[in-house]
Amino acid sequence: MKRRDFLVNSVSAGLVTGAAVGFGDVASLAAATLQVQNDWDLVAVRDGEPEVMFDWAIASLGGMSKYVKKGQKVVVKPNIGWDVSPERAGNTNPKLVGRIVKHCLDAGASEVYVFDNTCDAWNLCYKNSGIEKAVKDNGGKIVPGNTESYYKTIQIPKGKSLKEAKVHELILNSDVFINVPVLKHHSSASVTLAMKNLMGIVWDRRYWHRNDLHQCIADMVTWRKPTLNIIDGYRVMMRNGPRGVSEADVVTMKQLIVSADIVAADAAAALIFGSKPEDIPHIRIAHEMKLGNMQLDKLKINRIKI
Amino acid sequence: MHKLYWLRLLRIGVSVFFLILTSLIFLDPAQWIPHWFTSAVVWPQFAPSVLKFTVSVGLAAAGFILFTLLAFLFGRVYCSSVCPVGTLQDIISWLRKRFFKQKPLKYARPQNVLRYVLLALVVISFIFGTSLLVNLLDPYSNFGRIMTNLVRPVFLAGGNGLATILEKNDIFWMPKTTFKAYHLTSLGFATGFLLLIGWMSFVRGRLFCNTICPVGSLLGLFSRFSVFKISLDKVACNSCGHCSKVCKAQCIDVKSKEVDFSRCIACYNCLDACPSYGVLLSLKRDPHLLVSGVINPDQNKNRRTILKAVMLITAFATTRSFAARVTGGEKPTEIPEDKNNYASPPGSYGHDHFNKNCTACHLCISVCPTHVLQPSFLQYGLHGLMQPYMDYHSGFCNFDCTLCSDICPTGAILPILPEKKKLEQIGIAKFIEKNCVVYTDNTDCGACSEHCPTKAVDMVPYKDGLTIPLVDEKICIGCGACEYACPTKPYRAIFVEGNLLHIQAEVPVHDEIVIEETEEDFPF
Repeated sequence: MKRRDFLVNSVSAGLVTGAAVGFGDVASLAAATLQVQNDWDLVAVRDGEPEVMFDWAIASLGGMSKYVKKGQKVVVKPNIGWDVSPERAGNTNPKLVGRIVKHCLDAGASEVYVFDNTCDAWNLCYKNSGIEKAVKDNGGKIVPGNTESYYKTIQIPKGKSLKEAKVHELILNSDVFINVPVLKHHSSASVTLAMKNLMGIVWDRRYWHRNDLHQCIADMVTWRKPTLNIIDGYRVMMRNGPRGVSEADVVTMKQLIVSADIVAADAAAALIFGSKPEDIPHIRIAHEMKLGNMQLDKLKINRIKI
Repeated sequence: MHKLYWLRLLRIGVSVFFLILTSLIFLDPAQWIPHWFTSAVVWPQFAPSVLKFTVSVGLAAAGFILFTLLAFLFGRVYCSSVCPVGTLQDIISWLRKRFFKQKPLKYARPQNVLRYVLLALVVISFIFGTSLLVNLLDPYSNFGRIMTNLVRPVFLAGGNGLATILEKNDIFWMPKTTFKAYHLTSLGFATGFLLLIGWMSFVRGRLFCNTICPVGSLLGLFSRFSVFKISLDKVACNSCGHCSKVCKAQCIDVKSKEVDFSRCIACYNCLDACPSYGVLLSLKRDPHLLVSGVINPDQNKNRRTILKAVMLITAFATTRSFAARVTGGEKPTEIPEDKNNYASPPGSYGHDHFNKNCTACHLCISVCPTHVLQPSFLQYGLHGLMQPYMDYHSGFCNFDCTLCSDICPTGAILPILPEKKKLEQIGIAKFIEKNCVVYTDNTDCGACSEHCPTKAVDMVPYKDGLTIPLVDEKICIGCGACEYACPTKPYRAIFVEGNLLHIQAEVPVHDEIVIEETEEDFPF
């Protein structure tokens, strides 16, 4: 869909209903009036504010209600790994996280939980990333992941290197799992994306690092694939990742990738970053393990420019 | 009723108030208490304030001046109302009186040699460069260790239990906190001290304060010259002993109708205990004393005792053996990563300044959000016993955090601005390639570099498309994130060698990012 078509449709729909085009309206109108193709494999949006890009992306996928049913429990897992401000782009954009929470609640979710097993001190990460406030302001619950007691052992029968892990109980207890990484440079994995973000749902990351990191990252996906992967490419840390040293590491790209296919989402985001998906070992391994498709030319992609 | 009966109630109120506040700052599970509040609560603590004054003269370190002045006016007000160990002992004494039938307290002779020798030892050893004795004897610091090592774990366990119950009901208001500071030395000392003062106060009231406590002894010296003193009205007093029974300091001698005000801890229990209002709180020249013209013969005796004690100490100190012995032996050998020196916290300048000024009250250990600060055993050598060190197996120093420097009551860790702290090199990362996963397993890892806040640990091309850590020592600040994150066992592949003297690291320099012409389209 071209930007113009979307706009024309939205505006005409707005005229018809006489409604002002604000948030919620855009989403519902788009869903109601556009020729919604419910079978997009991946949606890529660019040149908008984080929350606006998400409105468009989720609308084109048929709205959040396609993924979240009434009364369901939702867990949103952003990257809140570092005690840095949103401008440093070390964590997922708080506006995006907030808007996702709101969409889930609007779709009838009974609860929306947000957590991460952080690298820096958890309470400082939650606070200074702006995510704690964004979640609360939008009616979600921010949940700690800082002690081992939250994590329950699960088996990963299809894993090659990772056979067992302790996973946050929220992942086990929630109906919908929305994975919201931020696109950024990573010192050892070249880029860090949706699959890599799953390291934040487990307790012991050191085991992964000791036992073939890339294989472990792919193995985790065999256990449970997130319902939806939303990759924040609004501000992108181009070097010194994953923590970053200063704002000079960050480029504002205004991109967003949404897909239920975690491998496809990572492949698309890697290309935006400037890497080839096949050069990222865990993307290649996951593709070979048939956990998703990194060959984007085989997928139906909706490209939206705002 | 004595017209000054309210003084006792005031003292009880103030002391309980301070005990609660001083306890709370050690129990905060998740940095809820702002650092200015914590600083305010510890401001009046005597020994830390003196130490802080020796390193940074200023209002922030003037707590001890206030209580010195108060001692010259009213006696040992610090001991009665601000000292947490004092109040703790009062509670034990009260419990004893309330629940155990025992003979009431009575006058006891002063232990002047013991208390002044200890005081002199503390002062001289400090002048010779070690705070070990202050550390071991200061009541506030001991209280801090009791709270941190004994009470805090129980409190946190309770908090975690409550959190679990709340979370079952979908309430995530209460965070859980892992307690990491189980260190036998500190645990042992805290327990030992608690048992000691528990037993002493159970049997003899404020015996600790008048025999062992250096703050008590020092303030006692001052209070000999107090303007307002407790005394007995020689005419009204009939030596019934009611006042003596409630005197926790055992300093009222009803036979000679004398009060040893140097031992009086200003609790004011005695004022209202006298049925004939014979306990006076008045200008030091007792009118009756003036009339009768009797000079206290004990005064001269006391002075002689002090002199004797000072001479004894001088003789002892000239041997110089003490200070020399306790500063030696700082190379522990049992460290797996071949670490010669542990890092001291940023803001402490280095080992010398830190070891000299820290009294191991463990307040920083209690407030540290990453638990990187842990009580030492011999990591600094004996003279740094129980002082906190940077334990990078327990946590790492949060890049933007300066909390320990903000709250340190002794000036061992001096306030440091975040921008300066981010360049304060407290140690240097050392890479052991042969321990590294990339070397041993030929797989990617990079955990150390991920966590590095300055990218002093960067990943450089190795072989087969792999990358391996390389340390730029010039921009490394020694925060220990790399050592903490390193997954190898039992020995880490990267560790921080502490700097004996902190220096300034270089500012990380990076080129501008050159962005290619932004494509208007998608790369797929």
